[in-house]
Amino acid sequence: MVSVKLVNLSKYFHNVKAVDNLNLEIKDGEFVALLGPSGCGKTTTLLMIAGIYKPTNGYIYFDNRLMNDVPPKDRNVGMVFQSYALYPHMSVFDNIAFPLKLKKRPKDEIRRKVKEVADLLGIGELLDRKPSQLSGGQQQRVALARALVKEPDIFLMDEPLSNLDAKLRIQMRAELKKMQKTFKITTIYVTHDQVEAMTMADRIAVLNKGVLQQYGSPDELYNRPKNIFVAGFIGSVPMNFIRGALKRTNGDYILEGLDYLFKIPRTYHDVLKDIEVGTEVILGVRPEHVDIGFGEYSGKVYVVEPLGRDQIIHIDIGGEIIRALAPGDYKVEEGKDIKFSFKEDKIHIFDKKSGEAYI
Amino acid sequence: MRIVPLLKNSIVYIILLLVTLPIILLYTLLFLQSISVNLNGVIPNGFTLDHWSILSTGNIRVPGTTTQYYPNLYLVASNTFILAVIIAFTEVVLSSLAGYALSRYKFAGRSQILTLTLILHAFPGITLLIALFYVLNALGLYNSLIGVVIVKVALDLPLGIWIMKGFFDGIPWDIEMSALVDGCSRLGAWWRVIMPNVRNGLMAVLIFGFLSGWSEFIYVLTFIASQDYWTFSMFVYALTTGEYSYINPGITATVAIIYMIPVIIFFLFAQKYLLRIQIAGKSTV
Repeated sequence: MVSVKLVNLSKYFHNVKAVDNLNLEIKDGEFVALLGPSGCGKTTTLLMIAGIYKPTNGYIYFDNRLMNDVPPKDRNVGMVFQSYALYPHMSVFDNIAFPLKLKKRPKDEIRRKVKEVADLLGIGELLDRKPSQLSGGQQQRVALARALVKEPDIFLMDEPLSNLDAKLRIQMRAELKKMQKTFKITTIYVTHDQVEAMTMADRIAVLNKGVLQQYGSPDELYNRPKNIFVAGFIGSVPMNFIRGALKRTNGDYILEGLDYLFKIPRTYHDVLKDIEVGTEVILGVRPEHVDIGFGEYSGKVYVVEPLGRDQIIHIDIGGEIIRALAPGDYKVEEGKDIKFSFKEDKIHIFDKKSGEAYI
Repeated sequence: MRIVPLLKNSIVYIILLLVTLPIILLYTLLFLQSISVNLNGVIPNGFTLDHWSILSTGNIRVPGTTTQYYPNLYLVASNTFILAVIIAFTEVVLSSLAGYALSRYKFAGRSQILTLTLILHAFPGITLLIALFYVLNALGLYNSLIGVVIVKVALDLPLGIWIMKGFFDGIPWDIEMSALVDGCSRLGAWWRVIMPNVRNGLMAVLIFGFLSGWSEFIYVLTFIASQDYWTFSMFVYALTTGEYSYINPGITATVAIIYMIPVIIFFLFAQKYLLRIQIAGKSTV
């Protein structure tokens, strides 16, 4: 097992900066997710770690060993591709045995190890089949087995669950996490699905347009997003963003919008005192932190989306619509007025221009 | 109720029969010619196996002479076979290498090369005869099978390259990357993972190359002077045009059939590969 360190890592394709000056440390045995929208550079980063792409600038270290010029075959990484990338002309057995055959291990050892890892993943019965005869879930297990059988130092996964149906995906999510905790292999997991990243990873690196936005635990990303991009990307029902200008009246800070005013709790005054009055800001609050039925603000119920256990209530506050999460049995009617308030310690304020978080 | 599909089927078969009739008829006549004393119109006149006796020694005797005017049939057969096999294998090797490079690598002039190869392929080969003659002569390759091989391979290569490129395009990058991560070198990945998956393409190029070499006539006629290097096409040509003032339709038909048999056998084995060619598809220029 090794730790991974990326130092000022960049990759340009002609003039396009796919990855720009990325610094990241992944501890030995840690499960790190690279999270971001498509085209954010996360797969490029993974392929640089695997050795498929050469960095344009910067350094990749495994432990303290510089890896930039080490070819993929000597890096001892195991990789699972989004498409699984099984070899169509080989049986399942040969697919899994392939990395060991290349290492010129003795035949009986290969047979034993393949059997072991196949049984572990529940595909022991499928060893004679060809990849084309397997279901998506089975193919994925073969890809996992092939990556595991060589006992890699680092486990790289590129959106491994995105081709599975929803139910299987939830099951595999738990299995992968359990497996990673059992083997304690340093794992780097690329995904665009924030739920996957939040549920599985020890730490998450959020990337956008090749630039690292924030690197921290799921809890940090959820509660203390560094900027508006991270705030908007993390969370199942996305955070509400309310535009306005920062004003000051009677010693209180308020957010003045088109047709609404929101008071900013006094606990935050210290942070805000350096900001010029009149600055355009964005108030961020998660739907689960909007309390409804009581409070100092009011709006009109715009539409209600029931989800069974919860419901999402869209409230028109005059020029903006905000979403609130309410219990599924909460009675509410579209078109009626509704009172609401924000949980004081859960609000965020971002600079409109830079997107950086003040709070 | 079953009459309608039956009718439809029979119409299809009747059309097929009408279209193929001339071909079937000609081959039947060719066969009859080879086993009859002579043909009276299309009616065979007397059965004989005399013409097939050339298989015993391979020599054709012109009546009334003792000179051996024609080259030995077995020499011709082996010349034809060697020519076809060398052409086929050279084309497979070169077009798989070039097809891989054109499919996988980005380099300056790549799309121009792709376009240019197609344009070259579009030119009728016969327009190049004189120029090629000069080139081969200067290289000392006139009157040698190798000269014909080089010309044939050069002219067939564009098609082979395009076929192979199509097959390589069909293999996802992921599989190649996966092979690299699993422990292959770039060349190892090409050999162990890529090549086995383009087997159908290789077979197709091999078949096309073989058939093209086997049936080659115009370059053999032009660039081969000595009978020692004659191939079947040249042999049949000489027999039909009555070179050395001797025409024997029976022997000509027999040689023609001998010429055809390997092709028919080859096709029976190979046609399933030819059906899998996909030059179009997700090709990228």
